[in-house]
Amino acid sequence: MSLEVAVAAAMFAGVIAYAVLGGADFGSGFFDLTAGSSRRGAELRTLVDHSIGPVWEANHVWLIYVLVIWWTGFPESFAATMSTLVVPLLLALLGIVLRGASFAFRKYSATLRQARLFGVIFAVSSVITPFFLGTVAGAIASGRVPMEEGGDRWSSWLNPTSLFGGAIAVGTCAFLAGVFLAADAHRSRRSRLAEDLRARSLGVGLVTGALVFAALVPMSMDAPVLADGLAGRAAPLVVMAGLAGVATLVLVWRRRYSMARWPAVVAVASVVSGWGVAQYPWLLVDHVTIRAAAGASATLQGLLVAVGLAVVLVLPPLIYLLRLTQTEEWTRH
Amino acid sequence: MQLAGTAEPAGLLPARQQMALSLGWHIVLACFGVAFPAMIFVMHLRGIRREDPVALGLARRWAKVSAVLFAIGAVSGTVLSFEMGLLWPGLMGTYGDVLGLPFAFEGLAFFLEAIFLGIYLYGWGRMPAKRHVLMVLPMAITGIVGAYCVVAVNAWMNVPTGFRLVGGEVTDVQPWAVLFNQHAFLQFAHMWVGAYMVAGFSVAGVYAAGMLRGRRDAHHRLGFMVPFVFASIAAVTQPFVGHVLGFGLDERQPAKLAAFELAETTESPSPLRLGGVVVDGEVVGAIDIPVLGSLIAMNSLDDPVPGLDTIPEEDRPPVNITHLAFQTMVGVGTLLAAGVTWFWVQRWRGRDLLTKRWFLRAAAAAGPLAVIALEAGWVATEVGRQPWVVYGVMRTPDAVGDYTSALWWLLGISALIYAGMTAAAVIVLRSMARRWRSGETDLPSPYAPETVDSSS
Repeated sequence: MSLEVAVAAAMFAGVIAYAVLGGADFGSGFFDLTAGSSRRGAELRTLVDHSIGPVWEANHVWLIYVLVIWWTGFPESFAATMSTLVVPLLLALLGIVLRGASFAFRKYSATLRQARLFGVIFAVSSVITPFFLGTVAGAIASGRVPMEEGGDRWSSWLNPTSLFGGAIAVGTCAFLAGVFLAADAHRSRRSRLAEDLRARSLGVGLVTGALVFAALVPMSMDAPVLADGLAGRAAPLVVMAGLAGVATLVLVWRRRYSMARWPAVVAVASVVSGWGVAQYPWLLVDHVTIRAAAGASATLQGLLVAVGLAVVLVLPPLIYLLRLTQTEEWTRH
Repeated sequence: MQLAGTAEPAGLLPARQQMALSLGWHIVLACFGVAFPAMIFVMHLRGIRREDPVALGLARRWAKVSAVLFAIGAVSGTVLSFEMGLLWPGLMGTYGDVLGLPFAFEGLAFFLEAIFLGIYLYGWGRMPAKRHVLMVLPMAITGIVGAYCVVAVNAWMNVPTGFRLVGGEVTDVQPWAVLFNQHAFLQFAHMWVGAYMVAGFSVAGVYAAGMLRGRRDAHHRLGFMVPFVFASIAAVTQPFVGHVLGFGLDERQPAKLAAFELAETTESPSPLRLGGVVVDGEVVGAIDIPVLGSLIAMNSLDDPVPGLDTIPEEDRPPVNITHLAFQTMVGVGTLLAAGVTWFWVQRWRGRDLLTKRWFLRAAAAAGPLAVIALEAGWVATEVGRQPWVVYGVMRTPDAVGDYTSALWWLLGISALIYAGMTAAAVIVLRSMARRWRSGETDLPSPYAPETVDSSS
């Protein structure tokens, strides 16, 4: 593996981690939004609070990790993407800011009225953020982000591939969140809540799965490079996504929530890596390859040192945190 | 602001204001991210070691406050990451691989900070106490590393290094030379100490305000004293750090120094010019103290501060903003250093100024004052570097993205959002304090099943 590809792989590992871990946090906003009135949704909203509270900031850092590797390792493609996709990126940023801030504000609100206001902001921004990030992925994958001349600031992300990308992102986030929340509810012995989440996760899973496979049709016209890759090199990942998705649904159906978390993660990771593998070796499809986009090699080496340090220093405490939150003791409210 | 001979891009001024707003807002929270964990650690450790319920209670409350502050700090920091590319693609596209590595290590530090924050905040009562308190320490350390890395990039913008320009192309990139550039350490020290001043004075000020309202219990005294000790050490250190940081500025960035000192012309020896502005090339309204300018800026009795007249017109920064911001920072910093020195001298002589209302008022004002000094310092160094984004190498108009004046809309919307977040944070934090005073400890969420059921 060349230096450039190694750095790109490390960056994409961050994309996958953000899609799975950050995605589950965003997805919980979908359930928060649809939980119903204050009284009916109280139990679920408290569960959401408790499930993502300790982890959302750590999971959010994956996005920073991706941005930093991108601008350091592949600076010109970063600048080009930021310039062309300024609108969806600003909207995603708005969502990120409002989600994080209102989540913290809601937790310490004094009155129900305040909590409702912050809660609505939290939930809505949790849903829109993955949508706009998904449109960004779609824009890159469908070859709409040129390097020099600057792409169209509207049609670059208002197109079939981007819109499907956005919808799939919202769906996969909600799917992950549903399974994780159901497992949390089950572990804390809230069986009525777990039942409710079970039904909704099954629905979300079916819709999202249908979306992922339906998207392949417009993509073959709109994003031929991506479609070819998905049918070719990335085909095993597409199959894997399908199998893992079905496995998750079966396990959720049979109320094996804790076990269902694993295939859910595999399914979403497969969808995301399917995109990456399918568009390889392009960084910005049709415009620049990973190799051509790479910055100075001394910097790429430095980045790999940073990534190595991250593996040694960050992963152990991160796993410790994630394990703590999945224990009995931490599930108590 | 107008550059001679070149039409300024329409997006330049709104982009600069946008960056100033988002950086100026984030930097206050970043100070808490850097300095608050150490204060919480000291308080928490004291609580465990001495089995002191007052200290434990304070540590627990501070942890909850930090949950709110760090959340908005994390998201407002993310804004900056986006804006680096959205607003300044010229800078990031050209120099991303030169300046990026420090950000990678900053990202690492932020990662660890976020992880341990999660463990610490939710670890209360769920972990052995001795292990739990240690979970704050990594945050105190990562705050240092993160601040160093970010400031290293800013230092590089002031004193670029680690690359060569050959025919307009960036070559021979040495990212480690950027991470460890000579100027980074002092600039970091200045920022780091400043962070302790902001967080220390702000937190102490809350308890000073409480004492003014007659709440003079052990809780308020301890809550004041721990952050005030941190702030005091920082405040008396800062003038020295700042002074040393200024050594050689006449060679590194002569235009910035001339603007700091409001040196319109080169005078030997240079006076220290307090206040004043330049209008049509003439200094108006300044109080000149002879020789002191040379002494402070040049460490000499007669070496002149090189004047703006030695700088080509197109390379001059906006002088008045830079000068006034710089002197605001120095003035407020000096005042704070003098204030804390007075407090500790009096205490050593057996007089407790905490019984004096005027002192408590001053202590309550010290937090906002430290914030003003911090903001003024950033304005001074950033505006003083103009018209360069990378000093002597890339002009700010060449860094900005291709935007029309529609970018002002973004600034307007951002200002509203930041105002809203500020108001929400104040409302929530004040409501937390109110509930704590009324005897609540756990602050249950108002939408939890128990509260929803009992309140209706």
